[in-house]
Amino acid sequence: MTPYLIFVLKRFGQFLLVVFLGVTITFFVTHLTPIDPVEESIGAITQMGQSDPNAIELMRQSLRELYGMQGSIWQQYLHFWLRLATGDLGPSLSAFPTPVSTIILRSLPWTIGLMTVSTLITFVLGNAIGALAGYYRKDMVLKAVSLVFIAMLPIPYYILAFVLLIVFGFIWPVLPINGGYEMNANLDLSFALVLDILKHSILPALSLILVGAGSWLIGMRALVSNIITDDYVVFAELGGVPKGKILRSYIARNAMVPQFTGLAMSLGAIFNGTVITEIVFGYPGIGNLLIEAVHAGDYSLVLGLSALSIVGVAAAVFIIDVLSPLIDPRIKVE
Amino acid sequence: MFTIIRDLARQNMEFLCGLLLFAVIVGLVILSYFSPYGATDIYLLPPDMPPDGEYWLGTTSRGQDVFWQLTIGLRNTLYFGIGVAFLSRIISLVVGLVAGYAGGAVDRVLMAINDSVMVIPQFPLLILFYFVLKDNMTWVALIVIMASLGWSYDARLIRSVALGLKSRPFTTQSVYSGMTMRKILVEEHLPYVLPIVFATTMNNMIWSIGMEITLSVLGFTDIETPTMGMMIYWANAHSALISGIWWWVAAPVAVIVILFLALFLLSMSMNEYNDPRSRLNRMGS
Repeated sequence: MTPYLIFVLKRFGQFLLVVFLGVTITFFVTHLTPIDPVEESIGAITQMGQSDPNAIELMRQSLRELYGMQGSIWQQYLHFWLRLATGDLGPSLSAFPTPVSTIILRSLPWTIGLMTVSTLITFVLGNAIGALAGYYRKDMVLKAVSLVFIAMLPIPYYILAFVLLIVFGFIWPVLPINGGYEMNANLDLSFALVLDILKHSILPALSLILVGAGSWLIGMRALVSNIITDDYVVFAELGGVPKGKILRSYIARNAMVPQFTGLAMSLGAIFNGTVITEIVFGYPGIGNLLIEAVHAGDYSLVLGLSALSIVGVAAAVFIIDVLSPLIDPRIKVE
Repeated sequence: MFTIIRDLARQNMEFLCGLLLFAVIVGLVILSYFSPYGATDIYLLPPDMPPDGEYWLGTTSRGQDVFWQLTIGLRNTLYFGIGVAFLSRIISLVVGLVAGYAGGAVDRVLMAINDSVMVIPQFPLLILFYFVLKDNMTWVALIVIMASLGWSYDARLIRSVALGLKSRPFTTQSVYSGMTMRKILVEEHLPYVLPIVFATTMNNMIWSIGMEITLSVLGFTDIETPTMGMMIYWANAHSALISGIWWWVAAPVAVIVILFLALFLLSMSMNEYNDPRSRLNRMGS
């Protein structure tokens, strides 16, 4: 057992705990309320004009099975885990009988794409400006840029996205403000389509970057200004090592480690932001799906999405956590 | 306490600005108690009047005065934020102090739970809660749910301070003089942690009010109570922007930005005050 392996196992334990807690909360929220999800859903479907009694009876059966209405609450709980483990979340109600997992898989790439790209840009941009601003404390341009990002920081995701929507949708309509691609686009892979998807992702990504970069910037700036006073940095400066090299390989490398930990810790919040942004811009990802599911009263889809987002974020946190010692050999693996 | 505030206001521009902006917010909240109209009354006034001398910020399509509606909404939003902050501070103080002081297995268990709560994405969970509770989703319920999701980050911070306090001689002395753990934590450690708690309170309010606004705008809270988010919700429901009634949306957005700037500036300057290293930087520069 190498120390690294022990570290990975510990982190994996943490990952399992998150999944356990999250799924347990999701389960008990839905099962300990006075509302009968089956009748609720049936009601919602009949309101939507679905009135074929056979289909409704089928649904009632599948719902009873899905929520494991038979047996004690603990049996139902175990049953829920089994279904989750096999990826079988039951049929969707608003798009009966398509399985929930199929619908989620359709939206997942959009969310993962938007979140990954915008998080990468946010992280790199925030840390780069933060490191520079921490090292060149007197530079006016850097101060101004930092100030702009820090001023964006306290504005709630929703409000900033909303303001961007007004600016680029009503006042100066240059960018598409809704959807992930043109309505009647030909979905065969082509250069035009890629360009179109990129164009549609500018605003959602921009709102995430504007709101998110400030916190990395502040953290990095503080870290760098603390490291500057360390003996080895002073020694390097006296020894005439070029400034750029000091910043890159002496300061930034050491400051990045806590930032990576921070990245893992804030993934949940980043995911929240992505979901909200998708809702504002009608981006065809998980967030939009979640809202549609709520409005359609699609019980199994909402449940599946909640459980999946917890598992997904936990998995991403686990991956980043396990990678961070590889980035920096000095990290404590205890 | 007051000397600290006075010193901060004198030396620290950010704190002063934050304080002034917050004073504006508090002023609006106090005004709300003198509102000539009921909080939920609609169609009292001519709808869609632009801002003028009589209706300072215009009226809504539902025949409400935007200004008075704004003050009442702000009041509810602010009380919501304070409620969540208060409850979640209690949880994070207990968890942080106990984990830091007790150490060992207690610490490990508490921190494992803490880290799990930290990475769980709250937004889908909150929507799930609304979806299940629907009309039973009162503000009290939402405050409790939000508080139980929003304590983990600060508990970790408090724990790191508590760890440092544990190794200080005065703690050892208290142990040898026979104080119980509860007494040590409440009487000896708590005063050291309180300044940090104040700074985290602001951050927590930023988070919870932001969530409230998002959920309300989507219509996922109790839509009978006017809040900042609800104002935007109703404005959207009446497509205020498209029909050119911009003041209905601009007013809440502007006030939200002021409120958040105030909280943010206060929390930033308090953090700086709590960190002696950056205070030295300030003096040196």
